[in-house]
Amino acid sequence: MTNYEPSDGAPAPRAAYKILVAGGFGAGKTTMVGAVSEIRPLQTEEALTEVSVGVDDLRDLERKKTTTVAMDFGRITLSGGLSVYLFGTPGQERFWFMWEELARGALGAVVMVDTRRITASFASIDYFEQRAEPFVIAVNRFDHSIEYTEDEIRTALDVSPDIPIILFDARDRESAKVVLIELLEHAIRQPREVPARL
Amino acid sequence: MDDDAGPLVRPYAITRGRTRARGRALDLVTILVTSGDPPPPRLRLSPEHQRLLWLCQIPHTVADLASRLELPLGVMQVLLEELIEHHLLRIDLPAPTELPDLATLRRIRDELRTI
Repeated sequence: MTNYEPSDGAPAPRAAYKILVAGGFGAGKTTMVGAVSEIRPLQTEEALTEVSVGVDDLRDLERKKTTTVAMDFGRITLSGGLSVYLFGTPGQERFWFMWEELARGALGAVVMVDTRRITASFASIDYFEQRAEPFVIAVNRFDHSIEYTEDEIRTALDVSPDIPIILFDARDRESAKVVLIELLEHAIRQPREVPARL
Repeated sequence: MDDDAGPLVRPYAITRGRTRARGRALDLVTILVTSGDPPPPRLRLSPEHQRLLWLCQIPHTVADLASRLELPLGVMQVLLEELIEHHLLRIDLPAPTELPDLATLRRIRDELRTI
């Protein structure tokens, strides 16, 4: 305990912003967060549901109400004490309570799509569309996956033409950076309410 | 809610059974710092509370604290709220609640280009 230093080496944050990385299981969220940020361990709780009860040790069943799940979490330290935090959020419905908290005040979301399991991203896309939250679609190009064009993917996902679709390699830092920059560009383009008075 | 008599999952022993923060939970990117005030004489601080106060001599986000103490987020939020209630921690900077202004977004974009 005493070997802890208050600082973890990075400068203390003066302002911190969130970006959500959403998408179905296996879409490459962990890979992307690891490619572009200093990845850190982070656990959150999940209420035990009937779906997951079967996988837990039955002897523990009576005293367990929640179980912990690892969350993808990474930090990008920018200059002047600015930090961007990436949170990888599972796409399954049972995690939506978590999204609500994460999405509040976020810069936006990256919805990762695996073209072999395109339907796995539908729930995430619906969620951000309904909230009018800035989001971009990032299509992870796996080595052996069939290449689709942006138009084909847009049609399959049925997203409006103003939502950016980026084909990228989640393992590659530069490629993952482009996705984040595109998200910021998209957030900058968001229509804003005109202030009542200036 | 969820306060029936059954034993709780182990991490909640740390929070003395409180399973969720009161009101809206602290945002993951809220920045906290120690107030510098001494703890009230009768207050018993757990080792986790003490470690949080130690770490927060330097401003930290809720997410970074949860990661460094390797405690689940929900537990962390409860512990931090207790420290805030006792004025031992204060909010250095609240998390944004809406999309930042254009100048901030442009600055983040430009900074991301340089990493």
